[in-house]
Amino acid sequence: MASEKPLSPHIQIYRWEITMLVSILHRAAGVALAAGTVLLVWMLLALASGEAAYECFHKFIAGPIGALLLFGWTGALFFHMGNGIRHLVMDTGRGYAIPAARRGALMVFVFAVAMTLLVWFVACPWQ
Amino acid sequence: MAHSSQRILSPLARARGAGSAHHGAGHWMRQRITAIANIPLMLWLVWSVVHMQGWGYADVTAWLAQPVNAVLMILAVLSTFYHAALGAQVVVEDYVPHPGFRMGKIIGLRLFFIAAAVASVFSILKVAFAG
Repeated sequence: MASEKPLSPHIQIYRWEITMLVSILHRAAGVALAAGTVLLVWMLLALASGEAAYECFHKFIAGPIGALLLFGWTGALFFHMGNGIRHLVMDTGRGYAIPAARRGALMVFVFAVAMTLLVWFVACPWQ
Repeated sequence: MAHSSQRILSPLARARGAGSAHHGAGHWMRQRITAIANIPLMLWLVWSVVHMQGWGYADVTAWLAQPVNAVLMILAVLSTFYHAALGAQVVVEDYVPHPGFRMGKIIGLRLFFIAAAVASVFSILKVAFAG
């Protein structure tokens, strides 16, 4: 039987905060990365299936949709990784004071943007 | 609410099965262990893929057939897929109120990630052993 009580999130009643934004994006990035595993499985299966299957995968991933997915995947990965590290630090009991929590959340954004741009600068297909 | 059995139960035994999702601290700990493993494994994967610019089928399979790369790729698949299954389970537990649907979705997610992991590991091993 389903309970009448609302489950989390009950977000309409809260004022937006950077810590809240990071928390929501962490979950969204996690779901996106979980969905992105399909691409990795496709690549590995294609490699095992032979050259024709791999060409089909490569045509997709090297095209505009593939590039967009890879860019989104990189951003989601580094955001989730940065905030994951923040969570591991918070697991030790550090960084819970409000200024520290906000600073940590901001650092996650800086880390995610910097790492994503770094990877795409190194991997830039147009240089 | 003290009763006699509490005395012989360790704190761990009392914590087992507790919490809103009734699976104690095991899920939490596994999520952390895989999270720590994922950091170097994903940095390695991104670094490797960046270097695959302009590679063809033969280059990529030769790369994956290297023992270090094959082992790291298997570890990356197992650790991230396990982490993804644990995380997806928490999302389902939070947003699906009906216990039946909730359990159905968690089972479906687990079956998906088990199948994905087996397909990936088999593919890596086939490339590594059969070329």
